[in-house]
Amino acid sequence: MGKTNKFVIAVYVDNKYGVLTRVTSMFTRRGFNIDALTVGETESPDYSRITICMSGDGYAKEQLINQLRKLINVKKVEEIEESSSIKRELALIKIKNNSATRTDVLSAVDVYRAKVIDFTATEMCIEITGDPTKINAFIEYMLPYGILEMCRTGIVALERGEGTLLSKETKTGVHKQN
Amino acid sequence: MKMTGAEIIINTLIEQGTTDVFGYPGGQVINIYDALYKNSDRINHILTAHEQGAAHAADGYSRATGKVGVCIATSGPGATNLVTGIATAMLDSIPMVAITGNVPCSLIGKDSFQEIDITGVTLPITKHNYFVNKVEDLADSIREAFQIAKSGRPGPVLVDVPKDVQVAVYDFEPQGIVEKIPLPKADEASIDEAVALINEAKKPYIYIGGGAAGLKMGKEIIELAEKIDACIGCSFMGLSAVPDDYDRFLGMQGMHGHYASSISQKHADLIIGVGVRFSDRATGNTAKFAKNSKIIQLDPDFAEINKNVNVDLGIVADVRDSFLRILDKVEKSEKPEWIKEVHSYKAKEEEIAKKAEKIAGDRMTPKMMFDVINKYKLPRTIITTDVGQHQMWAAQYAKFDTTRRFVSSGGLGTMGFGLGAAIGARVATNDPTVLVTGDGSFGMNLNELATAVTYNVPLVIVLCNNGVLGMVRQWQNLFFGKRFSNTVLERKTDFVKLAEAFGATGMRATNLEEFEKAFKKAITINGPVVIDTAIDKDEFVLPMLPPGGSIDDIITEKGEK
Repeated sequence: MGKTNKFVIAVYVDNKYGVLTRVTSMFTRRGFNIDALTVGETESPDYSRITICMSGDGYAKEQLINQLRKLINVKKVEEIEESSSIKRELALIKIKNNSATRTDVLSAVDVYRAKVIDFTATEMCIEITGDPTKINAFIEYMLPYGILEMCRTGIVALERGEGTLLSKETKTGVHKQN
Repeated sequence: MKMTGAEIIINTLIEQGTTDVFGYPGGQVINIYDALYKNSDRINHILTAHEQGAAHAADGYSRATGKVGVCIATSGPGATNLVTGIATAMLDSIPMVAITGNVPCSLIGKDSFQEIDITGVTLPITKHNYFVNKVEDLADSIREAFQIAKSGRPGPVLVDVPKDVQVAVYDFEPQGIVEKIPLPKADEASIDEAVALINEAKKPYIYIGGGAAGLKMGKEIIELAEKIDACIGCSFMGLSAVPDDYDRFLGMQGMHGHYASSISQKHADLIIGVGVRFSDRATGNTAKFAKNSKIIQLDPDFAEINKNVNVDLGIVADVRDSFLRILDKVEKSEKPEWIKEVHSYKAKEEEIAKKAEKIAGDRMTPKMMFDVINKYKLPRTIITTDVGQHQMWAAQYAKFDTTRRFVSSGGLGTMGFGLGAAIGARVATNDPTVLVTGDGSFGMNLNELATAVTYNVPLVIVLCNNGVLGMVRQWQNLFFGKRFSNTVLERKTDFVKLAEAFGATGMRATNLEEFEKAFKKAITINGPVVIDTAIDKDEFVLPMLPPGGSIDDIITEKGEK
């Protein structure tokens, strides 16, 4: 086993019925455990884009990419490198609202550049967008104030610069032992 | 030309070169069967006893010829009965197209009578599948299915067609046979790298698999072996790629492989893998595998590189093209020391075999049985098997004179595969076909004897009858303190009478002499023959590398651990 890392894979698939099932069925069959997965429209009506976050070693990463590339409806698979990409995630967090904690919570919302999007006498709902590490830090800070409910979208990611994933050259053919 | 969806299906099959299909009618494929009836002068349908038999027949048809095998089944249970057959084809990379009917689109998702989501069921066991809900997409979906099935690393594709799509009318214009999607050619740098590794090697071992067998690369592989003084071993799926009488061919390696093959690989300094996936049955413990050697792997499937074992150089490209370019560029070299070493391993293997023969006394050992089969079988004979001890004996002892002569379920290990596959192989080639099976496996799908009789398919069925599930029993003998849990069959089946009841010929052999007589007679009979052959229930498949072990843990004698 190699060193375990988190990594992000972006996948262009045919925008067709059943394609997401083909992708997730392959994960089950090959025993991949996915941390997060998002799917949505792209600049082209022909394709959907799936963003996958996974933890694993180099072997798991290579296998995930190769097995994805084998699926007929998969058009492009690339790793989104940490250093040259922008990653964003959105979370909605519902927490208890009372006079004792309100000020603390609101100042944290301010510092983290989050937003209050619902506010009643007993609860408030906070929207926060950003890099997953920022969201993790915010959630950790909020834990003592009583999180009632929470949901996260999973990561979406793009590479910096004018290049696009579809135009990127895929390196296959020769593989060498690391 | 306007025609119904069902006629489009049959016409597309014919357009793609299909001459024989295997299947079973039912409520949601009546229209397809009606179209088959109308086109019976252009396409031959073989009605099996069970859909599983149809799937295995289509698979055997493909294994024996390389053509895409085709099977048809109705919705629901018809479709699910194909599942084991499709999975068998998937694990051994066999090109196959399965056509299933389904309930009309308006009834889909309502748990209608005989409705099953077969594309969902077969998702992990097909290369790809289609649910065709528009008649406009039907012909192209089937064409794509053929193309995907045979391109790159082959595999099965399923096309599910709801009844209303079979009834709907649409335009059909015949097209040519779809070509395989060409594989990329390897770049010169990687060919040079492979050549450099081979030129440096002192003890090269060419390791061939189902890919090399499927591409019929035997001649080229022998050329390389001659040019660089290499020996050749194979995986189970690589059997019959190189003729058995070739001096440097050491046979199958691995769990039940030949001693000479496994030990030569251990001592080699370079393994040249050709269309082989380094499966666990062949490599044993991967941590101990090929410790002393570098590995080159030629394969069309990039996901196979570094999947089971780490390789030094993987070339993902057209395997034949890469191989021929390497063959052309490598330096000719003589390695008498290595050849001598390999011969010493062969001598050791013979010594082990002689010792075993001595212990055997006067009972008929599996090797003696195969000696008879090898001696009398006609040229171009196809050997098909089921799964278990008899299958490993076939892999060890059966001799093949040309390619695509060994038809057996390797990856999935499907008991009940053999009879259907034998029918398919024989129908495809008209070459003599011998099915070696066991009483356990035969019991699973012996209903196909009815098919063989109905269509008068000549088959010699050698039924190795030991009254036990021998392979599991062997493990219970070796690793489970002889606790023979549920492996003693003690059935009262009289296989001679059974064969006769089906309308086939039945014979019995209780010793070597009787077997020789029966086999000689069986090959002259124009129809299916069952030879009920008595085998000792405590016969072992040897040698054996224990699960998770390596060649160092080899078991060569009974009673040894």
